[in-house]
Amino acid sequence: MSIDTSPEALVHADAGKRLEELTRRGASRRNVLRAMAAGGLLSVTGAGLLSASGAAFAQDKPKQGGRIRVATQSSSAADTLDPAKGALGTDYARAFMFYSGLTELDNHLGAKMALAESLETKDATVWVVKLRNGVQFHDGKALAPQDVIYSLMRHKDPAVASKAKTLADQFKEIKATGPNELTITLTGANADLPVILADSHFLIIKDGTTDFKTAVGTGPFKLKEFSPGVRTVGVRNEKYWKPGMPHLDEVELIGIADEPARVNALMSGDVQLINAVSARSTERIKGTPGFAVLETKTGQYTDLIMRDDGGITGNADFRRGMTYLMDREQMRKTIFRGYGAIGNDQPIDPSNKYYMSGLPQRAFDPDKAKFHFQKAKVGNTPIQLYASPAAEGSVEMAVLMQQVAPQAGINLQVVRVPSDGYWSNHWMKHPLGFGNINARPSADVIFTQFFKSDAPWNEANWKSAQFDQMLVAARGEPDEAKRKKIYGDMQELVHTDGGIGIPMFQSSLDAHSAKLKGLGGIPLAGLMGWMFAENVWLEA
Amino acid sequence: MKVHAQRLVAARLGLALLTLLIVSMVVFGITGLLPGDAAQQALGQAATPEQVTALRHQFGLDQPALTRYVQWLVHVMTGNFGTSLSNNLPVSELISTRLPNSLVLAGLTALVSVPLALVIGIASAMYRGSLVDRVLNVLTLSTVAVPEFLVATIAVLIFAVKLRWLPALSYLSDVSSFGGLVRTYAMPVMTLCCVIVAQMARMTRAAVLDQLNASYVEMAFLKGATPMRVVLRHVLPNTIGPIANAVALSLSYLFGGVVIVESIFNYPGLASLMVDAVTNRDMPLVQGCVMVFCAAYLALVLIADLAQIVSNPRLRQR
Repeated sequence: MSIDTSPEALVHADAGKRLEELTRRGASRRNVLRAMAAGGLLSVTGAGLLSASGAAFAQDKPKQGGRIRVATQSSSAADTLDPAKGALGTDYARAFMFYSGLTELDNHLGAKMALAESLETKDATVWVVKLRNGVQFHDGKALAPQDVIYSLMRHKDPAVASKAKTLADQFKEIKATGPNELTITLTGANADLPVILADSHFLIIKDGTTDFKTAVGTGPFKLKEFSPGVRTVGVRNEKYWKPGMPHLDEVELIGIADEPARVNALMSGDVQLINAVSARSTERIKGTPGFAVLETKTGQYTDLIMRDDGGITGNADFRRGMTYLMDREQMRKTIFRGYGAIGNDQPIDPSNKYYMSGLPQRAFDPDKAKFHFQKAKVGNTPIQLYASPAAEGSVEMAVLMQQVAPQAGINLQVVRVPSDGYWSNHWMKHPLGFGNINARPSADVIFTQFFKSDAPWNEANWKSAQFDQMLVAARGEPDEAKRKKIYGDMQELVHTDGGIGIPMFQSSLDAHSAKLKGLGGIPLAGLMGWMFAENVWLEA
Repeated sequence: MKVHAQRLVAARLGLALLTLLIVSMVVFGITGLLPGDAAQQALGQAATPEQVTALRHQFGLDQPALTRYVQWLVHVMTGNFGTSLSNNLPVSELISTRLPNSLVLAGLTALVSVPLALVIGIASAMYRGSLVDRVLNVLTLSTVAVPEFLVATIAVLIFAVKLRWLPALSYLSDVSSFGGLVRTYAMPVMTLCCVIVAQMARMTRAAVLDQLNASYVEMAFLKGATPMRVVLRHVLPNTIGPIANAVALSLSYLFGGVVIVESIFNYPGLASLMVDAVTNRDMPLVQGCVMVFCAAYLALVLIADLAQIVSNPRLRQR
């Protein structure tokens, strides 16, 4: 089991440890901001840190060679090699096999340098990017600033259908300012840029690429075969810019949508690594010698949406009542078999460095709920609660709430709708429903995308001028402590005033053959934040 | 025979074209009724109104439905099935990578299930009312009554997870040798046989029984022919018509109806491609798949009818 392997504990060589610390110190935003606070030029460099990134996950010396087959839960004819279009975990994992980004996430969701050798800024608005020397695309072309400009700016074109368009809209201008240097100008200060650039959608492709039948990137593997909905095969890129990586000769990525079939494929030895394991299957996997389960605590949550659209669901008392109606412990225990962290109706999870721990935990309390419902004059007119398997666990949550609703004197009706088309036809379309939000790389991203008054995905249609002000203030706040304070206030505001209920944060469960080594959590998502391919190796 | 058959084939081909046209209209109409469109599906949770509009324009979804349908039809006339909206590859390319897989699976299943069904059907007809008949009856009916996902999952648990004899995934990579082929296809073919053998066997039994009551059979028996000879030489040729039709109907299921087997064994066939296409509201791909399924169905029925003509001297003479 590699479940509890913190990187510090794993690094044997002192030199490796020092480098690992340097990596983090060099690249995490905390230090960026500390440097800014000192008023000096902010410089983020990653020189000489590459050897450490390999060691960071190392338990033993990695073995070279071998091939593995990995099965993820989603694969369809819509599979893509275009990083901008990536919609599902399989797409992200595939993208990280063939492409690299300017930065990448470390074990603490900080950014470390990747294709960028340094990111420098004075005001968090204008960023100077120095590219790593000698990086080659799979076809031998050298990485140039133009490739980066193309890769980042194309997201702004609506016709590209990029999933990261809202993030990319803050790129005001990107231009080459030297043979190996470019300058990114943002529309406003955002100290989170290094983290944002580590997103799989912002991986670097070749200038002018419009045809994604093949993948020519700078990533650890070269594309050997891609057939949408069937498989993706990558072979080791001998010229990968990280020395000594990747470890495997070949990685094959397939999709098995059916969870029991996925687990069976692992147990029969047909695949070596699977993701999205149901909590129900974990006992069976752990009980079989030769297999292990890897839990990654993430910021992903399924939330109850009480939308302010003029009806009762915009009423503050109704909203409070509903949050008291959620039996969070019960939900964690019965729906997720104890995996995950209890939530407190605000979107920052406990593993996040900006998490504010002082907030009193809201607990299951039908009496308090009843009090609030009476105050809101809910009565016993039936209230429809929309749930769907598309929002993981929401149907079970809705049923649990429905069962206790009479204790609080209200009449909840669960309307179960299919997954198919849920996000376009039901999500945020009903006064009372559920959403499911994947972990985002930074607090700023999650607040901006889901809570800012004018955000397209402001789930509860919650408007707070005070919140918007704090959001902008935090973005440009150079002092880490002050920034944390602002984010804390924002969490409190969402907790006390917001229109969503977050009962818990979900863990991502992967399972793998015990022979597969090198896996460790990057707390964004399972499969090492989708970056497993270059980091794992096979023990003979 | 020639004239009759030729006329039948020509008439059938004309009707087939008409059927395909009507089916394409119905499919187009029904997918139009489905909530959401390809642009919304492609953007998923991340859709903003601005992006959806841009993508709709790119896909041509901002044009009226009728215009889109006529455009699609005109393209198909020229042999162009269009481009998939979800991954930008030509529909013909997507289908041509999956169709051979579906054909191999259907072919192998037919190879196993048809003889098996015939043997079961004939045997239970010959020994009608006996223990053999009843046992076969119960066996075939119970296999068809058990849902195929259960059969498939239990088979995987036993043969792949516990015994490790067979791969849990029907993988197309190791079919180079005969042994590899058998290992790869054993479980999916077995599962599908469970589903389709019963119907064919029962139709065969009914058809054979029907003939066994005919007076020419009595004559043959009086002549002193052995039961085996009576059934194989006299009865069977007269039952080819109904049996061929039952076989054709059962086999047509092997194209579109195998999506569960395809997903459990992760077999990249046409059915799962079509399910993806519907989920993604990928009209050109849905239409392409439906056309293939429909054509396959019509071809099977036509073959069954031709078999009936060939086997019937009265029709053959004309």
